[in-house]
Amino acid sequence: MSKLKPGVSTKDHHTGNVKAPIILVEYGDFECPHCKHAHKLMKRLLKEWGDSLHFVFRNFPLREIHPNAYPSAIAAEAAGRQNKFWEMHDLIFENQSAINPDFLIMLAKQIGLDLVQFKEDMQSNTILKKIDMDFESGIRSGVNGTPTFFLNGAYVSTYDESYESLANAIQDKLQEV
Amino acid sequence: MILIKGNEAPSFDLFATPDQRLKLSDLKGRRVILAFYPSDWSPVCGDQMAIYNESLKLFHKLNAEVIGVSVDSKWCHMAFAQNRSLHFPLLSDFEPKGNVSRLYGAYNEIEGQSKRALFVIDEEGVIQWSHLSPDGINPGADGIIEALEKLDNS
Repeated sequence: MSKLKPGVSTKDHHTGNVKAPIILVEYGDFECPHCKHAHKLMKRLLKEWGDSLHFVFRNFPLREIHPNAYPSAIAAEAAGRQNKFWEMHDLIFENQSAINPDFLIMLAKQIGLDLVQFKEDMQSNTILKKIDMDFESGIRSGVNGTPTFFLNGAYVSTYDESYESLANAIQDKLQEV
Repeated sequence: MILIKGNEAPSFDLFATPDQRLKLSDLKGRRVILAFYPSDWSPVCGDQMAIYNESLKLFHKLNAEVIGVSVDSKWCHMAFAQNRSLHFPLLSDFEPKGNVSRLYGAYNEIEGQSKRALFVIDEEGVIQWSHLSPDGINPGADGIIEALEKLDNS
């Protein structure tokens, strides 16, 4: 496991400061409990590191063991068509145990999406392909489970589910750049 | 030491289900990814097989079939595959125990189980890439994909 392939591009979903010296990429699965945990760490990182951090999320749904992971990824991408990817991303993780297809539509309503458009986008081949591409890039980058993190393109091997393990990795990287 | 690039892949004939056997020669003309692993149900093996399960589309695009091998019995494999919804065969290197794993240099005599070893075998039955991972490390699929793509380009 080594390098992020391909590197971050405009096709990715970005948050934080896109001009920051540090880019953290997460490969995540919306139904994975460890990703729900990582989501909380991410919220805290974005709050505490503010301008120094640029965060990207890529889909890595393990569809066979997490049946709601793929529909959730599609819903987040569909919300992204209406510029609300991150709102949907956050709500899915925050309500992880309640997720089912109807619940995803309720969440779409809750964040004020145009529901007709949302339901249409949920069927979009372009979105399905984007999720496949995310997954394939993860495989090529050596992702073997979720969540997996890359800092400025390098695999974060020290992540141990603690906030400090990510914060320290970022601190080290900041000293390099 | 495990077999390396250039070795002919040793043939095998093992149970893939309680009543069906699979031979390496059945797969002639296809590329084969042989994934030896220590044990059904162990956390790292479960994660590794889950990743291969999700990578099947990608493997098929590269004209390759993935096959798992461990010393677990055919009934144990069946329960494991059903539990994890695996869509590729798991072979039972059960009798004589570890025989095929030994042929590939991938048997751990102390633990009495297969090592975590990967082999990419080409259409002619020749090993083109192999990799031995520590028992506790899930090797993922990036090395396999790279090896298959290299075959495409050669």
